[in-house]
Amino acid sequence: MSLSRFFNNRNTLGAVFMVPAGLILLVFLTYPLGLGTWLGFTDAKIGRAGEWVGFENFTFLFGDSVARLSLFNTLFYTIVASIIKFVFGLWLALLLNKTLPFQAFVRAVVLLPFIVPTALSALAFWWLYDAQFSVLSWALVKMGLIDNYITFLGDPWLARGSVVAANIWRGVPFVAITLLAGLQTISPSLYEAASLDGATEWQKFWHVTLPMLTPIIAVVMTFSVLFTFTDFQLIYVLTRGGPLNATHLMATLSFQRAILGGALGEGAALATAMVPFLLAAILFSYFGLQRRAWQQGGSDK
Amino acid sequence: MASVTLSQVRKSFGSTPVVLGVDIEIADGEFCVLVGPSGCGKSTLLRMIAGLEEISGGDIRIGTRVVNNVPPKERDIAMVFQNYALYPHMTVYENMAFSLRLAKAPKEEMERRVDEAARVLGLVEYLGRYPRQLSGGQRQRVAMGRAIVRKPQVFLFDEPLSNLDAKLRVQMRTEIKELHQRLKTTSIYVTHDQIEAMTMADKIVVMNAGVTEQIGSPLDLYDNPANLFVAGFIGSPAMNFLPGKITAAGIAIGADIHLPMPANNLAEPGREVIVGVRPEHLAVADDGVPAEVVVVEPTGADTQIFCKMAGVEITAVVRERHDFKPGTAVRLRPELTYIFEPASGRRLA
Ligand SMILES: Nc1ncnc2c1ncn2[C@@H]1O[C@H](COP(=O)(O)OP(=O)(O)OP(=O)(O)O)[C@@H](O)[C@H]1O
Ligand SMILES: [Mg+2]
Repeated sequence: MSLSRFFNNRNTLGAVFMVPAGLILLVFLTYPLGLGTWLGFTDAKIGRAGEWVGFENFTFLFGDSVARLSLFNTLFYTIVASIIKFVFGLWLALLLNKTLPFQAFVRAVVLLPFIVPTALSALAFWWLYDAQFSVLSWALVKMGLIDNYITFLGDPWLARGSVVAANIWRGVPFVAITLLAGLQTISPSLYEAASLDGATEWQKFWHVTLPMLTPIIAVVMTFSVLFTFTDFQLIYVLTRGGPLNATHLMATLSFQRAILGGALGEGAALATAMVPFLLAAILFSYFGLQRRAWQQGGSDK
Repeated sequence: MASVTLSQVRKSFGSTPVVLGVDIEIADGEFCVLVGPSGCGKSTLLRMIAGLEEISGGDIRIGTRVVNNVPPKERDIAMVFQNYALYPHMTVYENMAFSLRLAKAPKEEMERRVDEAARVLGLVEYLGRYPRQLSGGQRQRVAMGRAIVRKPQVFLFDEPLSNLDAKLRVQMRTEIKELHQRLKTTSIYVTHDQIEAMTMADKIVVMNAGVTEQIGSPLDLYDNPANLFVAGFIGSPAMNFLPGKITAAGIAIGADIHLPMPANNLAEPGREVIVGVRPEHLAVADDGVPAEVVVVEPTGADTQIFCKMAGVEITAVVRERHDFKPGTAVRLRPELTYIFEPASGRRLA
């Protein structure tokens, strides 16, 4: 077979074109993921290759109260932040979908928190929450609502609330703008038909907007949950997991154990333990919220 | 069911006036067609009746109630949209039942009314399907079904057939007409297709640039067009227009063509006029006016002769068959002529 025949074959050519992408995936995705998973089953320390220890790391972590706390924190952080981001993002999207004065400008402003690098916005929040220089405390004191400055990041539950608030601030634009894009695909004549059919504003939202928006909600919320669950930067800049590990997420704890503490195996095991949760979130959106029958054309069903 | 009355209804979008004071009275049970060229404000008028568009001036009455500030859902009106506006996430049944569901109708009644409508429209076997899974004609029927299950006071149609192919359009035209004869609900139907208007309407409103040019029954508009616009708009092929001049002997067209004067002529001699002749009112006859054949198109039922008369392109439609070659000299006799004032378009005779 001549070389030109070889390269003119559809299948070979296809395979050749896929090689670069495949290599990138292999080197930068599959290899680290595989290595991380492998490390989770070893007792590797920094500077020392590990031996296979089976599930020892996992059983240890299961009994470790800090690791368990980090799981609780992660779930709390993800669930609370995602729900509020959804509600608030949807509300904002509905608002932005109305004709507003300075529409383009308002939309651009809404997108701002999303554009600013996370580390930078985290620093800003750090100032907002600072025990001595907090603008929030200052404002509340000046208004006469409180007497002493609040130690936002000093108390476990206050700290959890504070990092959730920062995460919401950062995540809402993504949800709002994506849902806004979804809203704009809904034909206005559907709303006109609904108002002639006798629907109130609330019924239009419930019977037209929400069902039409479900496919996009599914996608947005899957991403939102994934990003929130694996969040690292915000926490690391704001609290480093403190106080008393009250804001340690699995990602930050894993980093602390593996890199700062040197226990590579243990940290890797903690990171690996996140995978089932992420998979569950993806499978939920894939099976639970996949394309509905009404979105599919043609077939007699 | 109810009558619909528009008095001096006006609409401007910003500073652009679109509807400039329209008066229409539609009797209870009447099928009224709004017809006019694209952009003349038909949809805007219909949407104002539905309450989807604010009224800038005048009054709209449904029955005896002034509805200017009544929201759409309280007007008891159903509308069939040009794009049908079916809810894509609801089945045919749910689409048709939606308004009853919102009105909290009892389940049995809801089912009975949807079934009845589905039977009338031949949709029974499609009740479980989604709009995506239907053909254009079926969707159109669902849109109609959604309107009729409600038994509203008034039906509004905004070019409901314009997305269908020619054959289906003719079929649906008949179905809508039959439906109206059965239900006798006051209907207002917008189209820019004058044949639809002629075949369906009890009453036609011819609109142009935001005003009504003429209101009347189809045959009335055909026989007695009030002005040039209506004369040219109603009838197919369109009326021929020739510039002419009133003389003592009749109407002179060009140097050597003379047409007889219509009976009730008001125009005085010497006046410049426009003479209108419908294609079907021209006959091939030896005592006719000379013309030169450009093309002959036999349609089977009749023959369309395109020719030049006094330098103007005109069309004649005759029953008998001819196969004139291009360039042949023929003589055409106008059986019926109309006379219009050139500047205002007003009919003189
Ligand atoms: N929301 C709007 N804002 C500004 N101008 C508008 C708006 N809606 C319609 N118009 C203008 O009003 C005029 C009438 O529009 P309308 O839709 O009533 O026309 P129509 O008679 O229904 O035409 P068609 O046969 O093409 O549907 C048009 O010139 C259009 O540009
Ligand atoms: Mg229109």
